[in-house]
Amino acid sequence: MDDLLRDFLTESNENLLQLDRDIVALEQHPEDASLINGIFRTIHTIKGTCGFIGLDRLEAVAHAAESVLSAVREGSLAVSDQLISDVLAAVDVIKAILAHLEQTEAEPAGDDSALIAILNAILTGERAEGPKGLRAEEVRRVTPLSAPVAAAEADPVAEQRSAISDSTLRVHVDLLDKLMTLVGELVLDRNRLIQLTAHLDDSVFAAPVQHLNRVTTDLQEAVMKTRMQPIGGAWTKLPRVVRDLAHASGKKLHLDMVGAETELDRQILQAIADPMTHMIRNSADHGVEMPADRKAAGKPEMGTIRLKAYHEGGHVIIEVSDDGAGIDADRVRTKAIERGLVTREAAEGMTEHQVLRFIFEPGFSTAKQITSVSGRGVGMDVVRTNIERIGGQVELHSVRGQGTSVRVKIPLTLAIIPALVVVAGEHRYAIPQVNLLELVRIGGDGTRGVEQLHGAPVYRLRGRLLPLVYLSRVLGLERAESRGAMNMVVLQAEGRSFGLVVDALRDSEEIVVKPLGSHLKQVSVFAGATIMGDGRVALILDVPGLARNAHVVDDSQSRDSAAQHARRSSETHRAARTVLVVQAGERERVAIDLARVNRLEEFRRDAIEFSHGVPVAQYRGDVIPLLSLSEAIGLPSLTQDDRERVPVIVHSQNGHTVGLIVDRILDIVADELVIHRERARDGVVGTAVIQGRVTDLLDLDSIVSRNVAIAELTAPPNTAGAFA
Amino acid sequence: MSQQYSTFIVDGLLFGVDVTRVQEVIRFQTMTPVPRAPEVVRGLINLRGQIVTALDLRVRLGLTPAAANAQPMNVVVRTDEGAVAFLVDAIGDVVTVDETAWEPAPATLVASVRELIPGAYKLDDRLLLQLDVDAALGTAVAA
Repeated sequence: MDDLLRDFLTESNENLLQLDRDIVALEQHPEDASLINGIFRTIHTIKGTCGFIGLDRLEAVAHAAESVLSAVREGSLAVSDQLISDVLAAVDVIKAILAHLEQTEAEPAGDDSALIAILNAILTGERAEGPKGLRAEEVRRVTPLSAPVAAAEADPVAEQRSAISDSTLRVHVDLLDKLMTLVGELVLDRNRLIQLTAHLDDSVFAAPVQHLNRVTTDLQEAVMKTRMQPIGGAWTKLPRVVRDLAHASGKKLHLDMVGAETELDRQILQAIADPMTHMIRNSADHGVEMPADRKAAGKPEMGTIRLKAYHEGGHVIIEVSDDGAGIDADRVRTKAIERGLVTREAAEGMTEHQVLRFIFEPGFSTAKQITSVSGRGVGMDVVRTNIERIGGQVELHSVRGQGTSVRVKIPLTLAIIPALVVVAGEHRYAIPQVNLLELVRIGGDGTRGVEQLHGAPVYRLRGRLLPLVYLSRVLGLERAESRGAMNMVVLQAEGRSFGLVVDALRDSEEIVVKPLGSHLKQVSVFAGATIMGDGRVALILDVPGLARNAHVVDDSQSRDSAAQHARRSSETHRAARTVLVVQAGERERVAIDLARVNRLEEFRRDAIEFSHGVPVAQYRGDVIPLLSLSEAIGLPSLTQDDRERVPVIVHSQNGHTVGLIVDRILDIVADELVIHRERARDGVVGTAVIQGRVTDLLDLDSIVSRNVAIAELTAPPNTAGAFA
Repeated sequence: MSQQYSTFIVDGLLFGVDVTRVQEVIRFQTMTPVPRAPEVVRGLINLRGQIVTALDLRVRLGLTPAAANAQPMNVVVRTDEGAVAFLVDAIGDVVTVDETAWEPAPATLVASVRELIPGAYKLDDRLLLQLDVDAALGTAVAA
């Protein structure tokens, strides 16, 4: 059923229940102005909405009833027994039509002219009194309802009529927020319990804690769903915006909206409403050309702006694209040089893709003329800032002559986020996973450590210079001088990446984000606070704020290499593969190149033995080492794994065999994979969307060589990974 | 006209805040310090799942800093944006005072503190300094 119609029915059915009571009450208290107002409003709302969705019959009846009520409201008509009966008769007809609508989604055929004539007669005073007036029963008779409705009324299971209104319930937003807060508390307690019981072997708590864990996760998801709203709600004003823009500019524009039903958290919905409008305006104003130009370019005169929303692996993707002229990279280049953002030499060496990134610089606009709509230079940088504030990412693609598309990726919710916990000084800090690229351990034996670039510490990560920021220094904490190895968290903010050196790394956790009080609002490096498993408060780092604070973002020295890196890392590689998809941990999907899988086996748990502290199993006359996939890629393993048999992937290399214990074997998929390198990390070469789900691609070589303490098993160093 | 004040000691002085603004009084809580925060913010407290900012009244009132190992008590007050804790040395009783015993703070009071302490009640044995909760919070979180 159409959403609009369903909402209308839900609302009308609720209102009509109240209406019956009000009208009867009005008979007792004909002077009660609030009653009359309430009744009038209800009928008025119904009338207004049906005009909107094209329910003519309903509108005509509601209109006639409204006119009578309006006169009563103004005092020009007195409430009488007769009047009440007539209005109730109209309400009955309205109910009957609504019931029919709910069943068939169409108005019943029928003629209400007699009823309407009666109602109109009240107004003109012709029906004030006299026995020649019709009674309500007569009204019903002269207002024939079509057969299905009559049947439905006679039906003993008539309760079905209000199936829609019975299955939904209006709940105050405050209550939902409160529920969310409570679930947040529960998540914290769950985390704490898991921590407390993790050290206990064979504990009687194990089973209940595991169950609590599962229920909490489900509850969290369910509560999150109650706060979800379709994105279409934020889109309703956009067709009008586009129409007005087309009108003002003389362009022909068509707005195509796909995925209006895509749901996301209401808090996020509010945050993206403005950026979305802005992007649509940009497309309409800068993107799509004038009809004559389009015709000359061999395109249809009507320009299309497409707004598309969909879910992709725990995120919502919103794409705004147009079939306009695309962005003139040369003009962006010229403008960037003019504005001193880049030297002429550097700009000329840049690719188009790199050049387009300047669009996101504050105050950057390529519009030849400032229009009333956009081009004032407060454009895409504001969009990006707003999107990044809620943990989202913006990407821009443009092909000259074919159009521009902006892709925004935002999390489903802000309330509970995955985060990496790190230590600086004596305290823990949480880093939202969305900003995290990889973890690197630097220094130690034989590897190059931190180098100084005119006082600025940098690290060579895979051949490019990564600016380093010391968390302790940024926070003004005393720092023990680095002794050898250091832990570095590679972060990304505002299109630049940098390395954050921390004193120690802790676990990844789901954290509940709580805002900071007003005393701390000006501390730009923190985004909020959370309560850790042990009950202590930990601060959440604001990665864009941190980057600005350490001048990573405005440091022109690092811009070129950062831009190059970003370009390279966002490049995708297409390749047709057959992969084995398995589950690791609670919900991660991992793909393994099927060509590298020798066999899929199931081992009995009690067949797993230990040798030199390494789990091993006897396999075809050999002893092969076993390793856990989830541990290997840095996920907490299912500690309470009590399955009798475990699935194992057998992999052989250079005559040596190893078994990889996985949590579940999901599927074998043959597909052309688009590999995104951005999420590469230790043991994972990247991610791809497989069967509509984000799936990590396993770097089998690195995992085998890293995790198995048997040297001859390992491949020679730097051998290409499974997906390289 | 009489009013009730929740009293506490900071650096030997007896202060009182309007009892209706006080949510609760709790013993010392472990705090998570906030680097780069204003000096008055001593840290964040987990108050039954709510994160509460703890303000050091000694700093706010320009008094001598507490000893490093001091374990201040928390007077938790209500504000528009949730609870905020004042760190104090010790907790006193809730006292009922009479308006007639009130006198405005002398003009000689240090200017930075004068807006926090509008006046004092002359108790039998000592002075009860009236602390303006909103002023002590700073204007940003006035209730």
